[in-house]
Amino acid sequence: MKLLHRALTLFLLAAACAWAQQADAVIKIISGKRPKIAVPDMRAGDAAQGFMTTFNSTLFADLQDSAVFEMAAKSFYPVDIPQRPTDFRPPMNGQRSGLWLTDWSNAPVEAQYLTVGFAQSRESRFVLNGWLFNVNQPDVRNAQAFGKLYFAELSNDGAKRVAHEFAADILAHLGFKSMFGSKIAYVRTNGRGNTQTKEIWIMDWDGANKRQLTHHNSISSFPAVSADGTRLAYTSYVKGNPQLMMMSLETGRILPFLNPRATMSSLPDFSRDGRVVFTSTAAGSPMQLFSSALDGTGLKRITNSRSIDVEPKVNPKTGTDIVFVSGRSGPQQIYLMGADGADATRLTDGTGQASNPSWHPEGQHVAFAWTKGYDPGNFNIFVMDVAKRQHTQLTRGAGRNENPSWAPDGRHIVFSSNRSGTTQIYTMWADGTNVRQLTSEGRNGNPAWGK
Amino acid sequence: MKRQSSKWIILICTLLLIASGCKKKTPPPPPPPPPPVKAAVEAAKPVARIEFFQVEPSSIQRGQSATLNWKVMGADSVSIEPGIGTVPAQGSRQVYPSDSTTYTLSARAAGSNDSRTARVTVTEPPASTAPPPSQQAKDEPLVQMLERLVSDSFYDYDKYDVREDARSTLTRNADALKQIFAKYPNAVITVEGHCDERGSAEYNLGLGDRRSAAARDFLVQLGVPADKLKTISYGKERQQCTDATEGCYQKNRRAHFTAAQ
Repeated sequence: MKLLHRALTLFLLAAACAWAQQADAVIKIISGKRPKIAVPDMRAGDAAQGFMTTFNSTLFADLQDSAVFEMAAKSFYPVDIPQRPTDFRPPMNGQRSGLWLTDWSNAPVEAQYLTVGFAQSRESRFVLNGWLFNVNQPDVRNAQAFGKLYFAELSNDGAKRVAHEFAADILAHLGFKSMFGSKIAYVRTNGRGNTQTKEIWIMDWDGANKRQLTHHNSISSFPAVSADGTRLAYTSYVKGNPQLMMMSLETGRILPFLNPRATMSSLPDFSRDGRVVFTSTAAGSPMQLFSSALDGTGLKRITNSRSIDVEPKVNPKTGTDIVFVSGRSGPQQIYLMGADGADATRLTDGTGQASNPSWHPEGQHVAFAWTKGYDPGNFNIFVMDVAKRQHTQLTRGAGRNENPSWAPDGRHIVFSSNRSGTTQIYTMWADGTNVRQLTSEGRNGNPAWGK
Repeated sequence: MKRQSSKWIILICTLLLIASGCKKKTPPPPPPPPPPVKAAVEAAKPVARIEFFQVEPSSIQRGQSATLNWKVMGADSVSIEPGIGTVPAQGSRQVYPSDSTTYTLSARAAGSNDSRTARVTVTEPPASTAPPPSQQAKDEPLVQMLERLVSDSFYDYDKYDVREDARSTLTRNADALKQIFAKYPNAVITVEGHCDERGSAEYNLGLGDRRSAAARDFLVQLGVPADKLKTISYGKERQQCTDATEGCYQKNRRAHFTAAQ
């Protein structure tokens, strides 16, 4: 009996050890130890006060959802909140003489950072004076990380925008990219079965401001957004067979694009060097990978295989390695190869079906969908450290989870899931936690996170 | 009691020490073995179990097809008789029995075997409901003629090679298409490739392309003019059946024929 106990304990520890190694892949993206920040509610003395609830909740939510900070518990905050740097009074002869940095750095708050500020209305505009303090510093001058004035229209929208800008500046000051202001292109499905249509839509990173981009009344799908955020590439059946389409996101107009002479060209993505990679039928062979200039000229063939090759994605950091999906070893799997199509190696282990690879902005990790361990069609989101070939599973069997796409901050992933009954778009942290639903009306999928 | 718990602490600490060393000893993470508790309970011999074996529809007229659907768990080998032989553990197959037939699905494993039957009743087609083709063909529109004479050909999951039953369908389609082109010399037919909903939408575009190309190539080999056939892949964008059942998946894994615009 005792022996069995010992064997069981040993086994559990060995499993934990193996699991810890697997989890390495994600630990690098969402750092285990995050700096603690205190974000007390700010106030306004005038008409701006009516918008402070919106401002405060937006700022707090942005910093909490940034995946950068640990939030200090609000219940531990001191009663007196500084509103500007001059509210701090350094201790005299070791005696407390007013509000001080240690109110926030000592127990029970134990924060490293503190937001300080106040708002006012000036000529019917919402104006925020915002500062970030590192309360571990010995004096106010060193503690003040930055201070800045923010302006917007005097409304809830204006207060929200100012909160997003202030949060983005806080992250930038600590060396982190933010997702605030970025857009997510996606696909809305209308109707069912033989008559269903699909149109490309776009929304803000948080699900706000949804609007329809295409009006082809056809099947238009598989959106990709260029790195500078100015172009949208997609696939449409509007002219009969599937063809590539290019749209300016600045004007909403369709840009000229010369499609290859092929029965189908589809699944575009942008490469760092200003080209488009896509899949297209080649005479006598299954769909192969190609690249072209942004207007479709300068066509180059990348793969030359006897299997279906789809979904090419060029490493945004190196501009050379390409991950793609191929059926060359049986069921669809993820492969890695050079920009010239040479040295293709399989990244997934051959089990299940794998699809939808998406490079992390830093080019070390790939998020993808995989049915490993589940029935055919039951995809889950995984992340792989490409150099180490270690993968981590982020979603676990809650319906069908597909099309992961990284946020520009590299810490969030948008994906589609039918966990609610209909297919909708969700975001999560790169460790699989903090799942948020962004869409609920209609059916929505194929998200692509742009700039 | 106290001594007992301190013993345990020592044991756990020792094991932790051993475990912390495992990172260096085994650089590639070993696949975690199956949970030992379960394994101990369930380590009996594998038992073959038939989840379901159905035929749809169970009654057909001679010349029509019926679809067999099945799913088997834990079997070493699975076969269907008469006339089909060894099959995968889960799948579907179209059959064209000329007489009423009872199909037997046999699943074999070391522990035990299982078998189940499904019967298709074949009836005589009514003698003279359809008007004679010569009279009907006179002014029949292209779309109706296509619908009457040309059938979908079906594919296995994640495959695009032309199956045995699809060969006979496509052979009949080739004759029908020659007839259609004789009557409508300017007609062009689109061969659509479709997939079931399980694979990714992206990969299914490629799979649908292969299915339409395989059907076209087969027809061309049988003498249908290549310039009269266009192909298009719909991947899984045009599902004609939306239930999550094998019968429905099979209906979607098809090449479908329409008049090109």
